[in-house]
Amino acid sequence: MKPVFMTYTKKDLINLAVCMFLSVLIIPTFITTEYWYTSILIPWLCLALATIGQQIVMGYTGQLALGAAGFMAAGAFAMFNLILRVPDLGFVGSLIVSGLIAAAFGILFGLPSLKVRGIYLMVATLASQFFIIWMIDKFGWFKNYDSSGIITAQDIVIMGKPFTTPLAMYFVCLAVTTVLTLLAMNMARGSTGRNWMAVRDMDIAAESMGVSLLRTKVQAFAISAFYCGVAGALFAFCYLKSLEPVAFDIKLSFKILFMCILGGLGTINGAFIGAAFILLFPVLLNAIGNNVFHGAIDATIISSIEQVIFGGLMIIFMIYEPLGMAKLWENLKVSLKSKLSSSGTKSLKSSAQKSE
Amino acid sequence: MVDELLFFMEVLVGGLLAGTMYSLVALGFVLIFKASATFNFSQGAMVFFSVLAFCGFMQDFNIPFVLAFILAALLMVVVGLCTERLVLRPLMNASEDTVLMATIGLGYVLEGLAQAAWGVEVRRLDLGIGDFPVPWIADNLKLFISALDITAGLVAAIMIIGLFLLFKYTKIGLGLRAVADDAGAASSIGIPLKHIMLLVWSAAGVVALVAGCMWGARAGVQFALVDLALKALPVLIIGGFSSIPGAIIGGLIIGAVEKVLEVYIGPFFGGAIEGWAPYVLAIFFLLYRPEGLFGEKIIRRV
Repeated sequence: MKPVFMTYTKKDLINLAVCMFLSVLIIPTFITTEYWYTSILIPWLCLALATIGQQIVMGYTGQLALGAAGFMAAGAFAMFNLILRVPDLGFVGSLIVSGLIAAAFGILFGLPSLKVRGIYLMVATLASQFFIIWMIDKFGWFKNYDSSGIITAQDIVIMGKPFTTPLAMYFVCLAVTTVLTLLAMNMARGSTGRNWMAVRDMDIAAESMGVSLLRTKVQAFAISAFYCGVAGALFAFCYLKSLEPVAFDIKLSFKILFMCILGGLGTINGAFIGAAFILLFPVLLNAIGNNVFHGAIDATIISSIEQVIFGGLMIIFMIYEPLGMAKLWENLKVSLKSKLSSSGTKSLKSSAQKSE
Repeated sequence: MVDELLFFMEVLVGGLLAGTMYSLVALGFVLIFKASATFNFSQGAMVFFSVLAFCGFMQDFNIPFVLAFILAALLMVVVGLCTERLVLRPLMNASEDTVLMATIGLGYVLEGLAQAAWGVEVRRLDLGIGDFPVPWIADNLKLFISALDITAGLVAAIMIIGLFLLFKYTKIGLGLRAVADDAGAASSIGIPLKHIMLLVWSAAGVVALVAGCMWGARAGVQFALVDLALKALPVLIIGGFSSIPGAIIGGLIIGAVEKVLEVYIGPFFGGAIEGWAPYVLAIFFLLYRPEGLFGEKIIRRV
């Protein structure tokens, strides 16, 4: 299909319009319970954004990285300090600058990717995870010398208006996520994304065709870390409403990795599907535990079962559909379409026979 | 001056011996990597799974120590069998990264199963070896070295020698090396690939059990073991993924460096640099010697 605007096709614009209609009009009118905003929708948007970051470096550029939570922490604490120390910057300005700070970390810890790949790179990125969390934990300046370890996040104020209700925070997250998602789609389809994918598919071949590995990889890491940083800031300010380094530990990195892989490597909508699945599945499991078994199963057992299922799904997807849920969705659409069209041709044929 | 030197020696020896604990975990990784060029990310989970089962057998069913150990080892063989059947065989022709991600999933499954079966509370594991300085060494050499550390060192040494002999001199070892070199060629000359895989995964499971016993005796049998096992990754990078001696040397280097840095440089930064120092060290190694000290040079074709 021909792009209508930048790299977006007519189909994309229709999709965008539908999504915007659903998220701006339908959801706020029909969902009124705060629980849905504070525990599902806001973390979903934040984590989906972080997963897009992971997608860029892992799904598109093919670099096995495992430090998303570290960059999220960098973004979150940068945001806290920027609002505290440079109040003139405003919320949006601080969000961008904290993303850039996270991107700087991304460049630094992405440099090993020039030399190594696969599991080796994974270890190198683990360094970023542990180092960033340690640094924030040990240097009091980052936490404004707060001794309690948990800092309350400042209220979100944009253009002098406070955004403190769950609905308002949802709109903040939605706006940021929409803009960044569109940007990511644009990058992924443009020359930037083509370079990423060339490097993913065969880096040596890409290099011999004139794609600069240094530029492409460092760019991917920087942009990925930017996304994670912004996501981390939103995660801390809209969802957790507090800042503590422990919230961004290695477990969160693994969670984002799972969202990325189960959702579908190398797809943007996969990030949203994966994040929704990983967030909603435990809710569903708990509901089953409470309503079907009436709490007869211990909560720790339920969380263990959840872990087994996530791990099992990971194995199953790797074996049968390495491209994840996004691909399943795609297959479903294709098969539905072919069914519709084949039944369409059948009816045409039968009517043609009748007319004979 | 003498006191300072003694203190340094103590830190160094303590670090080296603690490093052998990392080596034990790393050994399991190397075994599987050597035979199948698969990086088994679930090795840490296997450590946790096996030792928790061992503790469970002993504490919940009152099975005697030796029998419980044998049962746990058999359980690991079953885990190896299931892994080979359900995970590795379907992924025979998949790319390295795909298999790696599948083993991350496997790790999750094992962690979840272990916790569902045996609960989440921290268990104490008493091997009958105290984690306190050996009096004889403390008196004669004025070094305070834990008995558990020495045992771990000895166990590691025995396992390395055993595995080395196995790889070098037995027919099975020859088969293992052939499979590692080229699985397709090996199976075409009649080496039973399935058996070799089963054997390697079982051996890695037993190694995990031994490593888990050592770690469990020190830190308690708990979920944190999985994170500790992550530290085996920098060990592997330094030593090389396919070298058994490399796992040992790497472990020693990591153990010594992290202890020395923690004691001498740590206080300037508020401590706990142990958490990331091994990884940063690994990055420096990666930049200068990506294949590790003993690893084979990685050659990639377009």
